[in-house]
Amino acid sequence: MADIFSEFEDRLPQKIIDEIKNSLPKSASDAKVKKILEAAYEEYTIAKVSPGESVGLISAESIGEPGTQMTLNTFHFAGVAEMNVTLGLPRIIEILDGRKELDNPMMEIYLKKPYATGKKIEELRQLALQIKETKLRDISTELSINIADFTIEVKLDKDKMKGIEITNSKVTDAVSKQLKGYNIKDNKDSIILKSRSKESTFNDAYKTKEKIKDITIKGVKGISQVLPVKREDEFVIITAGSNLADVLQLEEVDAYRTTTNNIFEIEQVLGIEAARQSIVNEIFKVIESQGLNVDVRHIMLVADTMCVNGSLKGITRYGVVSEKSSVLARASFETPIKHIINAALVGEVDNLDSVVENVMINQPIPIGTGLPSLSVKQPKTAKEK
Amino acid sequence: MKKPKFKVDKHILTPKHIKISEREKLQLLEKYNITSKELPKILKTDSAIKELEAKPGDVIKIIRKSPTAGVSLFYRMVSDV
Repeated sequence: MADIFSEFEDRLPQKIIDEIKNSLPKSASDAKVKKILEAAYEEYTIAKVSPGESVGLISAESIGEPGTQMTLNTFHFAGVAEMNVTLGLPRIIEILDGRKELDNPMMEIYLKKPYATGKKIEELRQLALQIKETKLRDISTELSINIADFTIEVKLDKDKMKGIEITNSKVTDAVSKQLKGYNIKDNKDSIILKSRSKESTFNDAYKTKEKIKDITIKGVKGISQVLPVKREDEFVIITAGSNLADVLQLEEVDAYRTTTNNIFEIEQVLGIEAARQSIVNEIFKVIESQGLNVDVRHIMLVADTMCVNGSLKGITRYGVVSEKSSVLARASFETPIKHIINAALVGEVDNLDSVVENVMINQPIPIGTGLPSLSVKQPKTAKEK
Repeated sequence: MKKPKFKVDKHILTPKHIKISEREKLQLLEKYNITSKELPKILKTDSAIKELEAKPGDVIKIIRKSPTAGVSLFYRMVSDV
């Protein structure tokens, strides 16, 4: 029986084969199974999108129409102890534009066994503190410059430091690592920085004073808030701020499930395919949370388009649209004059291969029946060979 | 970018990437009646294919988990830039 199924593996999707396999009665004979599969294959072929169908247009409509409902439905959850999340249309726009700076970057950090079960609450708390970024400005009460010798004195907030378990030596270590050219003296309640170069000016000291405020003393850079949350039967740390590359380096973190909502970071750390999957997940999450119903295939098409060139491209004039080969198609989106002038300067040729440019010049557009070469095999031209 | 200690392809978001042979590549191009330039691209520097040691021009087969088809195959050509 296994042979019959393997015969259909190329022709039917795995999911349909599995479904048939699971719902077959044990008594089904081989011939009957084959008949079922043949019938399923026939139905499947009919249900498939025909070559030349304008799937992009259908996707645009299918995502756009619920999008109009979404604008009205966006509201804020006031007073809920969860963190700020961008939801609704703003979030969809953020994803589709391929923005690098998000309004609310967030991470979901899954943990390895002993931490995830939550039996050791104390350790979980420690870990959360270890992830949260503490900057020098958070643990200092006053930064001042001594005008006589241009030294910088940083008064430390001892109570705060005790609370998050930072010692003086940790502070001096972190500062000396991230600030070159300064001698650091530990004065118990404060640390004093003195420039090594002899020609230092007040201006230099002032600049340094501003700079050291942002030195990371403890934690992962960019993570501004941590919140351990119980999800089903394990603890997950949700963070505001995102730094996937550094968080995945941590011992206690389950690196294989931890994610972020910053798709660019995912592309950098996990590759373009992970980014595509994450676009689908993120858009679907928003649409689902609004109680709307959009078929996931439309979202997959958008995600595929954004990732087709190996790097993430937003659906903007700088991203996907700039990749179009036709001048007229690019000009029809945004900033037409710029595109037409640039094309004229370099003598660009428009082959009129796509839809928009043919609409412009009143010609039949190559979709549906206007596009036979997708379903009928045409021999390659000499040039292509 | 620091090199991650973990295996990128084991992450839940990353599907399996396989480098296909030259023969399989020709079969693929034949099947869809396309040239390799028409395939979607994947960067040579992409973290998911670092261990495959793929050269520009190689084709990577990606086995995606799909909510609609169960498993779906996707192909990308390794590109330089």
